[in-house]
Amino acid sequence: MSDFLQYLISGLAVGCGFALLASGLVTIHRVTHVVNFAQGMFAVVAGLTAGSFLSVGLPHGLAEVAAVAVAGAVGLLVGLIAIGKPGTSAQSALIATLGLGFAAYAVEIMIWGDNPRSHPGLRGTVEIAGAYVQKQSFLVIGVTAAVFAALLAFFTRTYLGKALSACAANPYAARAVGINVTRMGLVAFVLGGMLGGAAGVLLTPLMPISYNSDVLLITNGFAAAVLGALNRPGLALIGALTLGVAETMVAGYYEASYQTVVALALMLVIMIWQSSRRTALQEEAAR
Amino acid sequence: MLQIDSVSRAFGGVYAVRDVSLTVAEGETRAVIGPNGAGKSTLFNLISGHLLPDSGTVSYGPEGERRRIDRLTPHARARLGIAIVFQGARLFGGMTVLENVMVGAHARTRHGFLSAALRLPRHREEEARIEADALAALDRVGLRDWAHRTADALPLGQQRSLQVARALCARPRLLLLDEPASGLRAAEREALAQLIESLREEGLTTMLIEHDVAFVSRLADRVSVLDLGRHIAEGTVEEIRRDEAVLSAYLGEGVS
Repeated sequence: MSDFLQYLISGLAVGCGFALLASGLVTIHRVTHVVNFAQGMFAVVAGLTAGSFLSVGLPHGLAEVAAVAVAGAVGLLVGLIAIGKPGTSAQSALIATLGLGFAAYAVEIMIWGDNPRSHPGLRGTVEIAGAYVQKQSFLVIGVTAAVFAALLAFFTRTYLGKALSACAANPYAARAVGINVTRMGLVAFVLGGMLGGAAGVLLTPLMPISYNSDVLLITNGFAAAVLGALNRPGLALIGALTLGVAETMVAGYYEASYQTVVALALMLVIMIWQSSRRTALQEEAAR
Repeated sequence: MLQIDSVSRAFGGVYAVRDVSLTVAEGETRAVIGPNGAGKSTLFNLISGHLLPDSGTVSYGPEGERRRIDRLTPHARARLGIAIVFQGARLFGGMTVLENVMVGAHARTRHGFLSAALRLPRHREEEARIEADALAALDRVGLRDWAHRTADALPLGQQRSLQVARALCARPRLLLLDEPASGLRAAEREALAQLIESLREEGLTTMLIEHDVAFVSRLADRVSVLDLGRHIAEGTVEEIRRDEAVLSAYLGEGVS
């Protein structure tokens, strides 16, 4: 029982990390219709940067926030390349983000080498009903809850959130009502970079990351985000928590190397289910 | 209010708009008519900024503050007070009718992300004001009861009215209406005509693409006729009715 509780809470923490990453994907997709495959890279850059900042003596808190800011700047750079030129289609922007994600490997290896790195987070453990849970896990869960509350309020309640969504819904008409669609898209990329960065700095103490950890992160983040058709932060959160818990259980009770398989299988099932449901809806609408 | 000088725009070597010059006075309601493919919608897109001219200039603004706008982006022109209602239903899908109209106010608002994210009082006030304006605009086009429905669920005619409300919520100084009456039923056309009349009384400058002669005669101060991209005639409805070039464009050479 204590094992189960331990797996559950650390699974929720890992799931929250995936959720933060997924929320970045959702933010960028909602505004630009671009599936940002460089999203995992934001987390890797922020995680490794935070470690470097800490090792040169920056205090905790400041180092993490600075690393998230760096990820935001990287997000802006990716955005400028992917959608900076007006009229770029979402498909070609997707390929650009995929390419940038891999190109970043070279830079990351040059700076940090190719060994997995980690940095200490919130030290110590808490005992709950016989289970020992890292304090860092609770930090991840707390930050994620706050970020999602803000994000949901922003998109559903504020007028500016509507304007951002309008860009993706109909860019042509959005321009006609005075929205600078390209700038809004860049804002989304900065937000996405910071959300991915937050995932990175929070997850690194729990699971060491290296330059190619972005594949694991983007796979899980994407699997979570497709549950909400890449547009709904709430559903992405549910998807990410499910994935985090399921994978930690699989790793704990069976074999750690099955983790990614779980994510990919779940993603496949959701996508097949969604595409079949969508066709049914379209047929219904066509009548 | 609007001055177009020798504007041309070609697509793949074919002129959609060719050497068009026209001036629209402040407060005027100008109808733009012409056969299909005459370049009417292209002309509107050149004014709204969704297309850029190959040559020629477009200037806009009330007397004394007129400036060239032909190189500005559409969103910059929207901020100067130009609003367009497209022929097709270009709505923000997945949002409610009210939200669609509220987004229309974007052109005349300026607020930062920080004040929105933190929900500062200043931002809440502006949000409440925009919502009230949007509801008033929906009232004018008769869509108030639909405010909280999804925009995609509206019938086609109402989707056009929704676009009109969205344009009005921007409080434009120049309103471009691209066939606003098409697809509307008789009662809806009458309501639209009354709306355009009341906007004219308020002094709004309006340009209107329309095929229905009765509609045009009732609403337009002056009429511009386009044919094969050229501006072949301009005048009052009566003058246009007697114009040789117009008659031959519509009825074929030699008929008049």
